[in-house]
Amino acid sequence: MSRTTYREAVRAAIREAMQGDPRVFLMGEDVGAYGGCYAVSMGLLDEFGADRVRDTPLSESAFVGAGIGAAMGGQRPIVEIMTCNFSLLALDQIMNNAATIRHMSGGQLSIPVVIRMATGAGRQLAAQHSHSLEGWYAHIPGIKVLAPATLEDARGMLPTALEDPDPVLIFEHAGLYNLAGELADDAGAVPIDRAAVRRAGDRVTLVTYGGSLHKTLEAAERLAGEGVEAEVIDLRTLRPLDDATIMASVRKTHRAVIVDEGWRSGSLAAEIVARIMEQALYELDAPVARVCSAEVPIPYAKHLEHAALPQVEGIVAAVRAQLG
Amino acid sequence: MSDPLPEREHALDLLHQMLRIRRFEEKAAELYTQERIRGFLHLYIGEEAVAAGVMATLRPDDAVVGTYREHGHALLKGVSAASIMAEMFGKQEGCSRGRGGSMHLFDAKARFYGGNAIVGGGLPLAVGLALADQRAGLSRVTVCFFGEGAMAEGEFHESMNLAALWRVPVLFVCENNRYAMGTALERSESETDLVRHAESYRVPARAVDGMDVVAVEAAAREAVEHVRAGEGPRFLEAQTYRFRAHSMFDAQLYRDKHEVEQWRGRGPIVRLQTRLREAGWLDDDALEAIEARVRQEVADAVAFAEAGTWEPVEELLRDVYTEVPR
Ligand SMILES: Cc1ncc(C[n+]2csc(CCOP(=O)(O)OP(=O)(O)O)c2C)c(N)n1
Repeated sequence: MSRTTYREAVRAAIREAMQGDPRVFLMGEDVGAYGGCYAVSMGLLDEFGADRVRDTPLSESAFVGAGIGAAMGGQRPIVEIMTCNFSLLALDQIMNNAATIRHMSGGQLSIPVVIRMATGAGRQLAAQHSHSLEGWYAHIPGIKVLAPATLEDARGMLPTALEDPDPVLIFEHAGLYNLAGELADDAGAVPIDRAAVRRAGDRVTLVTYGGSLHKTLEAAERLAGEGVEAEVIDLRTLRPLDDATIMASVRKTHRAVIVDEGWRSGSLAAEIVARIMEQALYELDAPVARVCSAEVPIPYAKHLEHAALPQVEGIVAAVRAQLG
Repeated sequence: MSDPLPEREHALDLLHQMLRIRRFEEKAAELYTQERIRGFLHLYIGEEAVAAGVMATLRPDDAVVGTYREHGHALLKGVSAASIMAEMFGKQEGCSRGRGGSMHLFDAKARFYGGNAIVGGGLPLAVGLALADQRAGLSRVTVCFFGEGAMAEGEFHESMNLAALWRVPVLFVCENNRYAMGTALERSESETDLVRHAESYRVPARAVDGMDVVAVEAAAREAVEHVRAGEGPRFLEAQTYRFRAHSMFDAQLYRDKHEVEQWRGRGPIVRLQTRLREAGWLDDDALEAIEARVRQEVADAVAFAEAGTWEPVEELLRDVYTEVPR
């Protein structure tokens, strides 16, 4: 085991991928000379050179599209978009090209591109820098959507995503880059097709992902102090969703609360509630509850931002309400 | 001054290629009115010299990215008329298994990468395909076709800049047919000299008479040579005209019939025919022989499409993700 951070784990994954396959290259805004806006790619330019670590102009549509084209042409690009907020300028390429070309070509072409971006709020950056758009992207057939929340997943999801023949979007919660902990020295690729039970419990199922995982685990600890053992599921992969793990837990606990930093309306949380209704309604002892972001552009002021986002107190309160 | 005609066989082949597009599309229009082909159908009739001239300069392993007005480009890049027609019928024998239709023709073997129906959406893909070749050390060229309407899109500017910065092997071909749907160039660009747009990114650029297949080929050949030599992207504006409506739903209120008639008079096919006759290389019999070959190809394509089959609905969900053998 070695001490590391989420940021370093992502960097180690990129480095290993580049060492192992000359087709892999990294491109995005300020990934080279600057070292990445979250310092993820620090040092990689020196190690791999400017052909493999490519600084792009501020042209999200062109460089994301070029990543898609290069993947179609046989390369294995890792495209970094600074944050998901700016991915909106590349939405055409992601949605109309990456997600559709396999299908529109009748299965002739695959697009093995990996697109990484930071997501989430919590650092007083105001509305335009605080979106959580992974739920939106999870709406789109043709792409896969990942949300690594742990060091193991930060280290291990990227290699699996690069092996995948289809476009994979990885949402790294900006609040997690400094997450520190111990990681096995031989940590490597992890599966990207199933959710993980991060904490076992029998009274209520808490379903979450990404930046909200740690708040949810904290809430579960508090609840344990009150004698309520909550099971915490980390979705990990937002598309395709691993229904089986969710339903198995709901069948055990008979209660569920979904914690999602996305807005409530039309959210991933809403989708999970619907699936529980479809697959496990008669197992429930109480209506499924949700803890989501308030329906407001995320405000700047600290107290207001705090109030807009899912917080430990809110999760605890939602569980208490469930238990009646 | 016209460019000199190329050698006889080649000149006759250019005529043959343009007629393949023309007759194929005339048939498609007819089938559309019979509701055998549905969806959107954008005809290239009048603009054939551009695809014919450019494609004549490419190698089989060069790549092409087109727009929704791409039947002609696909046909001349080596996608079979039969598989294109079947695609437009929605049959599973189509080049995209009936999943794409007229606007989304794909053929991986022919290196024909669509068929993109988002104006400007193909340009970044072309930059990426060329980047892949550059990284792999292949001396292949990617040609990207788009209309002048696309030049107002951000993706045009982003892609020109990126291609020029990274010197990737792309030939950008703007098919300036003067109208983006009903919007005339003067109404959509503050600078109507399109070559200047490309030059502002330091991409060598020139305009060519897109109704003259010989001129298009000469200009494209020169550009492709530079691109293939690793000198970075080039831009070619082909000044052309679409004889038909934008798509099959277009009352053409934005231009007068007289203008269309004038352009038809200088159509690319008539024009080459005239020169070939003057050179003594073409007479009625020779022309009829070419027309007969084309008629046969189109008839065979329609027969193939008619005989094609509907993909079973049970297969609806295939090809969203790649099947990975476990
Ligand atoms: C991004 C986008 N905006 C609008 C449209 C609708 N549309 C389809 S074709 C077209 C005109 C494009 O003109 P041009 O690029 O000159 O090509 P042409 O059709 O003349 O070949 C428009 C506006 C579209 N398909 N994509």
